[in-house]
Amino acid sequence: MRRSINIWNGIDKITILLFLVMVIIGWFNIYAAVYNEDHKGILDLSQRYGKQFVWILATFVLAVFVVIIDNRFYLFFAWIIYAILIFLLILLLLFGKEINGAKSWFEFGPLSLQPSEFAKFGTALALASYLNNRRQELTKLKVILPAVAIILLPAILTELQPDLGSTIVFFSFFLVLFREGMSPFVFISGLLMVLLFFLTLLINNLYLEAGLIVIAFFLAWFETRKFKLYLIGFGISILIGAGLYLLDHYLIKSLGNELVLLITLIMSGLAFAYYIYVKKAIAIFFIYLFLLGSILYINSVDYAFNHILEPHQRDRVEIMLGFKTDTHGTGYNVNQSIISIGSGGFKGKGYLQGTQTKFKFVPAQSTDFIFCTVGEEWGFLGSFVVIGLYLFLLLRLVFLAERQRSAFSKIYGYGVISILFTHFFINIGMAIGLLPVIGIPLPFFSYGGSSLWGFTILLFIFLRLDASRTEYLV
Amino acid sequence: MKDTFVIRKYVIIGLIVLAAVALIIKLFIIQVVKDTYRLSADNNVLRYITQYPARGLIYDRNGKLIVFNQAAYDLMVVPVQTGKMDTALFCSDLGITKDVFRERMKTARNYSRRAPSVFLKQISAETYAKFQEKIFMYPGFYVQPRTLRKYSKPVAAHLLGYVSEVDEALIKKDPYYKPGDYIGKLGIEEAYEKDLRGRRGVKIYLVDVYSRIKGSYADGNLDTLAVQGSDIISGINLDLQEYGEHLMQNKTGSIVAIEPKTGEILALVSSPDYDPGLLVGRIRTENFARLQADTIFKPLFNRAFMAKYPPGSTFKPVNGLIALQEKVIVPSTKFNCDHGYLFVACHSHSSPLDLKGAIMNSCNSYFCQTYRRILENPKYGSVSEAYEKWRGYLNEFGFGKKLGSEFVNELPGLVPSSAYFDRYYGKGGWKALTVISMAFGQGEIETTPLQMANYTAAIANRGYYYTPHIVKSIGADHRIDPRFTIRHQISIDSANFEEVILGMEAAVNGGAGATARIAALNGITVCGKTGTAENPFGENHSVFIAFAPKDDPKIAIAVYVENAGFGATYAAPVASLMIEKYLKGEITNKPLEQRMLELNLVDSLKVSETKH
Repeated sequence: MRRSINIWNGIDKITILLFLVMVIIGWFNIYAAVYNEDHKGILDLSQRYGKQFVWILATFVLAVFVVIIDNRFYLFFAWIIYAILIFLLILLLLFGKEINGAKSWFEFGPLSLQPSEFAKFGTALALASYLNNRRQELTKLKVILPAVAIILLPAILTELQPDLGSTIVFFSFFLVLFREGMSPFVFISGLLMVLLFFLTLLINNLYLEAGLIVIAFFLAWFETRKFKLYLIGFGISILIGAGLYLLDHYLIKSLGNELVLLITLIMSGLAFAYYIYVKKAIAIFFIYLFLLGSILYINSVDYAFNHILEPHQRDRVEIMLGFKTDTHGTGYNVNQSIISIGSGGFKGKGYLQGTQTKFKFVPAQSTDFIFCTVGEEWGFLGSFVVIGLYLFLLLRLVFLAERQRSAFSKIYGYGVISILFTHFFINIGMAIGLLPVIGIPLPFFSYGGSSLWGFTILLFIFLRLDASRTEYLV
Repeated sequence: MKDTFVIRKYVIIGLIVLAAVALIIKLFIIQVVKDTYRLSADNNVLRYITQYPARGLIYDRNGKLIVFNQAAYDLMVVPVQTGKMDTALFCSDLGITKDVFRERMKTARNYSRRAPSVFLKQISAETYAKFQEKIFMYPGFYVQPRTLRKYSKPVAAHLLGYVSEVDEALIKKDPYYKPGDYIGKLGIEEAYEKDLRGRRGVKIYLVDVYSRIKGSYADGNLDTLAVQGSDIISGINLDLQEYGEHLMQNKTGSIVAIEPKTGEILALVSSPDYDPGLLVGRIRTENFARLQADTIFKPLFNRAFMAKYPPGSTFKPVNGLIALQEKVIVPSTKFNCDHGYLFVACHSHSSPLDLKGAIMNSCNSYFCQTYRRILENPKYGSVSEAYEKWRGYLNEFGFGKKLGSEFVNELPGLVPSSAYFDRYYGKGGWKALTVISMAFGQGEIETTPLQMANYTAAIANRGYYYTPHIVKSIGADHRIDPRFTIRHQISIDSANFEEVILGMEAAVNGGAGATARIAALNGITVCGKTGTAENPFGENHSVFIAFAPKDDPKIAIAVYVENAGFGATYAAPVASLMIEKYLKGEITNKPLEQRMLELNLVDSLKVSETKH
């Protein structure tokens, strides 16, 4: 049954207010960040703050447009929107304009568009549409895999640009899957993978793998409690390993220790298979699988880090992990960014008084490092307020998402939350040195039409859906 | 439909809150707890630009400018700001090779990529003018003005000293100096460094990340102004100085002229010398090395107060004075001379002579016997005691000790103590005859030309002197170092001086037998004494001391001409010309002047030196 409602009455004014406050604060901070003595007018169109004003006006029009469209449009056209945006991402790889080594932009005369900013709401729509009828089924692999594919497709396409920042943002949709019932095991595995990733970079791989094998054997002993049996299994592995090692050492001479370890593990697995099959020892089987997976993972991380990551990305990770201290190369940005924010003190230096900001010590200070301006000129108080605004917005969105009656609206809402949260946390985190430098904008603050429009559409589609939440009775 | 995963809502809320709290904690640490970032931000943005004051000027006693400043320009580079440019054109504009360019850029980069460093020091005004028009083509380069010393005449190098950049060791020793500062070395530049240098100022600017100046900090309230160095009026008479150097061309030796009433040095020549302009700017290092490498003539060596010579017969007046004061002779005391005294030879002259005659004729015998009387004075218990008394007088004249002029490297010379002879001959093992050669200024005694000029001034003053000094007054308030206003009184009666002066007058203006008649001047009574300093390495040095006019002395002078033989031959005419130049402003005896100018004692020396 369908009820007609007045959109203006149904829409969440608190969120709109937060949105307006953020956009306006952002605009003033962009003014401070790129402040130019010769062009003092905040509406001067030759400057970024003047342009941002145009983007802001345009985004208001866009917001109104998004809201007056019928809410069913988004449900029915979710897949088409997703398909168009995926198509654009593919076109981008062919016709995109290369800036700083990445094809992330379409250029139409004076206007540049970044399709990955729009792909975010497209993906959120597609994911919501897909899960709309499969709410409680995310425990099944055949339901999970298409959902993962919806997320991975744009993620892979953006990484091909390459744009690691946006790619990571797409991964935040896993939060939606988690909310919709995907096993937390996936997340724990994910966390373990992150941990293993760092350990791989920190520790000699051979030691790490040896450590994992020791842990696996301990777990196996803990599970079986059959000492004799355990010893036999252990002995078989040692024999295979030693034999292979000697073989390689004297005859083959080309395997290397890591490969010897891997082959030993696989051969031991074959030997254990009989026992597992006969005794139905599922636990042992999982321990074995986990060990094998981890070791394959370590090897691939090692390979990826040294062969797939760009040198600058490798630098960023290494600087974040403290392997490198480099205050002039890649670390320069972070160092200057922390100096800016740190020098703001408790109360800040005052609007337009930030020396770091005004004299351009921080690169990309109107875009990815816009938070420096906040931190330097408004101090801890200002930073606290901005973080408070985000916290308020995100919690408000959780509240809105939870009150949805339609699964589509609720899942889409969590998509919005995931995206905004990831941008907020990573962007500010990198500016204050908590996270590695990942170039993504701060929603509603950073300069740039594409990101502002992308986030506005993302948010207002949800507000539109929320406004019609009473139209359906579930 | 029931939501079985509603608990996960709280997990997500928890995650969001946790992230926000993590951000706030980190922000609190860097913004509130740590205060080092403020300093880092200031270091980023504040640029302290030193304002170099102009160094004080140096004038001569008549207000003629000797040393002034000219603008020079240091080309600075900020490596991080450099970009695409025509390196070949750049190098040809500056007159450097590409290798030099690469090397300098490397040095600058190694020093700092973001801070400015000197790329090329002291480019001339002409090069600068040409270069300035194109500097926009060379991003990252800019020009910082400095001042260099400039000399109105290529004279008085030894007096003036030079200016060079401070070195690492000095910066450590004196915290006032910073890398790139200049400091005076030797002469007036070193002695009056603190007055001449003035005080540096500093301007604090705000700069952007490209080190471009964006404005002054705190509206310039924290800036300090540079204070210009004090000007110095020296006692030098520039014309006399120039004339002295001119006379000494192609000779080695030294002239020191002093105004006796004040102790102001009128001229100080050490020959060979060099053009002080050679030790300015970029050519300094190279020229300095070249001058230093000249081991035959040692142009950097200041003979006027660093060369030690025996005074020779110019020492006779002081022995006469001491003998009179000690009452071992009276002016009319006569001694015989039979072409010598014991083993000391003397030339032929009438005999016997009184004191005046002995000074006029420079009789060795007379002074040997006088000196013996001084040392064998029964008033004292021993020769050694009498010797110390004699030595005490010499010290009063400034011999055997540093006079205390501004020249830091002035040498004390030598008047050996009795202990010296005790060591050499054993206590009581030496007699007056043992040291008799000091009667006529030979033997162990060593004096510098500055000491001789001072001694002459003391005779001219009839018994006192002021420490010789170069500087007449400092700064606008005409300060003077108080140590130069102390009158050093010698404990010898002025009447005794009159007696000796009669002898010195006669030596120049007397009749037959007068040793220095060549130094006589029309209308000016010159009093002088010739001397021959024995030189164990070659031809003896010609020495002459003189002052004039006799009754109101305006100039006291000591002249040493090395390897020139008897004092009257060369040193006396040079001294006489100097006196006339100073007192009359022109030379009447042109042929003598011509002869002295043409005299070349250097070429023969070169030949004999190269033979070694």
